[in-house]
Amino acid sequence: MVDVVIIGAGVIGASVSRYLSKYHAKVIVLEKENDLSMGTSKANSGISHAGFDCEEGTLKAKFNVLGNEMMEKLSADLDFPYIKNGAFVLAFDDEAKSTLESLLDKGLKNGVKELSIISGDDARIIEPKLSNEVAWALYAKTSGIVSPYEMTIALAENACDNGVEFKFNSEVTAINTLIDGLEVVVNNNETIKTKVVINCSGMHSGCVSKMVGIEDINIISRKGEYLLLDKNLNYTHTTLFQTPTKMGKGILVAPTTHNNTLVGPTAVDINSIDDTNTTIEGLNEAWNKALLSVPSLNKRQVITQFSGLRSHEAKGDFIIGWSEVKNFYNVSGIESPGLTSAPAIGEYVSKEISQRLNLPLKDNFIEKRVGIKHIAHLPLEEKVALIKENPLYGHVICRCEEVTEGEIVDSINRTLGARDLDGVKRRTRSGMGRCQMGFCTPKIMEIIARELHIDVTEVTKKGPGSNIVVGKVK
Amino acid sequence: MITKRLVIIGGGPAGLAAAISSYDCGVEDVLILERESSLGGILNQCIHNGFGLHTFKEELTGPEYALKYIDEVNKRNINYLLDTTVIDVTEDKIITALNSKDGLIQIKCEAIILACGCRERPRGQINIAGSRPAGVFSAGTAQKLVNIDGLNPGNEVVILGSGDIGLIMARRMTFMGAKVKCVCELMPYSSGLNRNIVQCLEDFNIPLKFSHTVIEILGKDRLTGVKIAKVDQNLNPIMETAEVISCDTLLLSVGLIPENELAKKANVNISPVTNGAKVDDSFMTNVDGIFQCGNVLHVHDLVDFVSSEAANCAKCAVSYLNNELYNCQTVDIECLGGVRYVVPHAIRKDQNYSPINLKFRVGNVYKNVYIVVTCDGEVIYKKKKQICTPGEMENINLDEKKVKILKNSSKVTVELRKEQK
Repeated sequence: MVDVVIIGAGVIGASVSRYLSKYHAKVIVLEKENDLSMGTSKANSGISHAGFDCEEGTLKAKFNVLGNEMMEKLSADLDFPYIKNGAFVLAFDDEAKSTLESLLDKGLKNGVKELSIISGDDARIIEPKLSNEVAWALYAKTSGIVSPYEMTIALAENACDNGVEFKFNSEVTAINTLIDGLEVVVNNNETIKTKVVINCSGMHSGCVSKMVGIEDINIISRKGEYLLLDKNLNYTHTTLFQTPTKMGKGILVAPTTHNNTLVGPTAVDINSIDDTNTTIEGLNEAWNKALLSVPSLNKRQVITQFSGLRSHEAKGDFIIGWSEVKNFYNVSGIESPGLTSAPAIGEYVSKEISQRLNLPLKDNFIEKRVGIKHIAHLPLEEKVALIKENPLYGHVICRCEEVTEGEIVDSINRTLGARDLDGVKRRTRSGMGRCQMGFCTPKIMEIIARELHIDVTEVTKKGPGSNIVVGKVK
Repeated sequence: MITKRLVIIGGGPAGLAAAISSYDCGVEDVLILERESSLGGILNQCIHNGFGLHTFKEELTGPEYALKYIDEVNKRNINYLLDTTVIDVTEDKIITALNSKDGLIQIKCEAIILACGCRERPRGQINIAGSRPAGVFSAGTAQKLVNIDGLNPGNEVVILGSGDIGLIMARRMTFMGAKVKCVCELMPYSSGLNRNIVQCLEDFNIPLKFSHTVIEILGKDRLTGVKIAKVDQNLNPIMETAEVISCDTLLLSVGLIPENELAKKANVNISPVTNGAKVDDSFMTNVDGIFQCGNVLHVHDLVDFVSSEAANCAKCAVSYLNNELYNCQTVDIECLGGVRYVVPHAIRKDQNYSPINLKFRVGNVYKNVYIVVTCDGEVIYKKKKQICTPGEMENINLDEKKVKILKNSSKVTVELRKEQK
């Protein structure tokens, strides 16, 4: 019997497992996909919200503000990209200004610091490409941007380095209650007995809780579509929000931590928990609304589109806590500001679990994690030294993002390393550039095959069923 | 930092021809930097024949054509570095490159020829909605997988784009036993060479649907089909015509984009029409001593023209190195009547009256027209053409007499005219 099974290796599962790994415990994370961060965690806006957009007294408000405050140190300790770039919420008339005033009020009540309303002219001094129609802006200096999948990967690697076991392609198909714990059935054939189950399964958290008879978690699937533009276009350094509606925070124009420009997301409720297709209507809506904030956005600079699903719980707040089923702990309904909240949720949940199971703290917890060295970011002398130490860092594979074979090999061989093209992409940036893997696909396939000792025909895009090629030329 | 008289970035057909030509003009201190593990560039994966009809009066395969130039490079012992990627070029002609053997290399150059070729336009740039499964390839990537790596991208294929790469791959996939269900082309005409439409599609009964595009991609882990639709005159999909074609492979042949990221780093001015540098008849960009030729300058259809252009460019680079290319005024070439662009974009008003070759493309299909060059209103060149299409680059060869008039004019046009004048 293990101590804890965590279901889901998105940012929440990764964070909970990382903070739990500070304690002596046998922890297993079960993930149904081929890699970490495969659900909502890789398809969101990458914002570390300031916390003015949450109702006072909610779990969202509490964990958002705490998480936002933890983000800077965590990003340094775990070596993932984070920039405190600030945010504007834009008002295009005086009526919208009153919305900003209520956001300011909410923010102050939630404990958000450095929040103020500025004029459109002052906003345009900071961001010259802002529309002339912007009359007022709520300026939140504590808002930041983070790379959501790199954050998830960093948390999970650190958890694994501290003893947490991760199992991929492991779908939980049933959960049975035992006298002293729970029995988790994986892929309909394997069973794991555990004292505690933590449900961090995102879009699937409603289905998973139903496996133990919990019927009142109602996950509504809310799709958001995005367009991503090329790097270094400098439309804005500040995250630009429009005023929020009951469907969500609205369409933003924001930089990413790699200096691409991100536009989106829309917000449409759909009937599926895994339909992440983009749609013509959704992409057009995202683009046209974004033009209100930055009229000079050029559609010819778009390099890709994607969409993600928010797990909106019908009652409107996070669900975090012990359920009515003994030792079954829910972390559900984690939509925005879930990413920002993840560090705080992880810390809180780990404390709850450790109290229930009386877990002692480790004295050899590895606090820090070093990420993949990106030669593109290193100054000249360090580039020279790195290539001398390992010549593979001199062999450029992805020329759009300047990623070398050394980095790709590292991404495959490190803790919880990549095992498919998209996994290499998320860890190294290969394929995220202008040619979108047109040039480097064959080369990365070769490297994956070599490092994992598999045939190149077995290399997949994102796990079983997504092989790149169907066979060899006869 | 090492110094070199001339560095050529790119060892494909343009770079090879430029290297040979500059060597033969007396510049032996020339270095080719090539990022792949062999010279030859994109020709290495073009195993079909049809290359060299103009240059060698033979129909060679891509590798055979490349080999002729590689042999000439080796005969002259011209230096080249393989597996070497240039990561920076500055305005003062300092190149930074990486390879495994030498590490980081920095070269101070007297002159640079950019011969970097093109990249393919990916799905993301044409905004196709739907899922993001395996099985979607740009045609060139699929060609590399098949011809170099011996891998089969898929069994049931739809191709978007009737550019040459798409047409060639339609035939190649058919040879491999795949079923190519159709080629969709957004425009009402093809952007590929006519001979490829005949030899790759018609000969294999592969339907070519003009004014059609792919509007949605279907399939979770692997492609299961694409939704196609007819488009109207504004190129917007007519949703009532939408139909799903089942397939496991989508090849995209939707445009080549000159790879000018290095040029931009060096502050080279890029033409928004060609996506290559703005050059005059010396092939020099706005940056002193930086030249361009081949696909990075503008997308070619025939490698023969790449080779001749590169040879001319190299001769100009050598003139520059010999201090024979002095600063002078230029006259811009105006494009009229359907001419989309002309390369070179401008003509130097110097005393060098060597023959000039102008290359241009039209923006639509024109039948029974005259290609006309005027200087200060006077027609100095006129040639009748039955048909001009966007997919076939046109050449205008101007002899010394015409070039002298050209260089003494203040207004130059290249245009298509219907009537005789």
